[in-house]
Amino acid sequence: MKTHSPRRYGVIALLVCLLFAPLVAMAVDDPSEMLPDPAQEQRAEAIGSQLRCLVCQNESIEDSSADLARDLRHVVREHVARGESNRQIMDWMVNRYGNFIRLKPPLTIGTLLLWVMPLLALCIGIGVAWWTFRRPRTVTPTPLTDEERRRLSDLTETR
Amino acid sequence: MNGQPSSPTRRRLLMAAPLVVAGGVGVGFWRMLSGMTKGSFDPHDIHAPALNRPVPDFALPDQAPGQGFSAQDLRALKSPVLVNYFASWCIPCVAEMPVLNALKERLPIWGIAYKDKPEHALGFVQRAGNPYARIAADRDGLAAIDWGVSGVPETFLIGPGGVIRWHTASPITETMITNTIMPLADSLKS
Repeated sequence: MKTHSPRRYGVIALLVCLLFAPLVAMAVDDPSEMLPDPAQEQRAEAIGSQLRCLVCQNESIEDSSADLARDLRHVVREHVARGESNRQIMDWMVNRYGNFIRLKPPLTIGTLLLWVMPLLALCIGIGVAWWTFRRPRTVTPTPLTDEERRRLSDLTETR
Repeated sequence: MNGQPSSPTRRRLLMAAPLVVAGGVGVGFWRMLSGMTKGSFDPHDIHAPALNRPVPDFALPDQAPGQGFSAQDLRALKSPVLVNYFASWCIPCVAEMPVLNALKERLPIWGIAYKDKPEHALGFVQRAGNPYARIAADRDGLAAIDWGVSGVPETFLIGPGGVIRWHTASPITETMITNTIMPLADSLKS
């Protein structure tokens, strides 16, 4: 028992370290960049999650740990703290980086096909289904030849 | 509709349809890929709407060994300059330095050190050879956001009156200079 105790202390120390490890990991994305007012912070997060990180391109700036994403998060929070509307902040970003920064593209001529695609796919599906079922299914088969009829009766009689 | 089995023309059309679709998609991909190798198509391009706009308001301090500049300095210009965002920690910036050094005699280049420690930026231009007539420091990277910069290197051709006439988010190459930058800069001079 006594010979085991140093090792046991070691294990306990390791477990304690592991317990606190997530805290260290979380500290990488600095909580000090959050706004003190939870309502404002929530709004900033909502805006940020709609903004594309221009470095990682498929992540929002809220999800990305790229330097530019951190700067943009900071900028969004500054604007929120200044009391600007979501629309104003979005416009500010689009003015600098174009519509590409919006993860949800606006409805324009260029994105029309993208937006109507679900409806279009549904219409095409319904059209194809309607066209298929509308056709008469009862295709009158060509009558059996004498040869075939004889073979058929042979087969059924042997059973 | 008309007699069964379905007419051979219709059957042929139905068989051709997937081939036509596949062919169309193939041509589209081929054009994208050849555009990528030629540099005319970049899937990562963010299409920042900087073109034909006046430079944004900014005022940046000196970065040794150059003198800082502001939007006013660019707007007061009578002839074109190239504004180049760079950083000592950026490998493509190192790669484009020889090209910029060859260009500086024909077109003045103003540099902006992006999120760089002053001593690192100084070391960088001393090592690579300094192509910049003036150098400013954008230490917090906030002016870069106003320019619509998404990374380094990024380069802007500024025409007289401080209007952005051309922009690229990729490293400058010889081909870009001879095919695009110099013809455009020459047309802006007259």
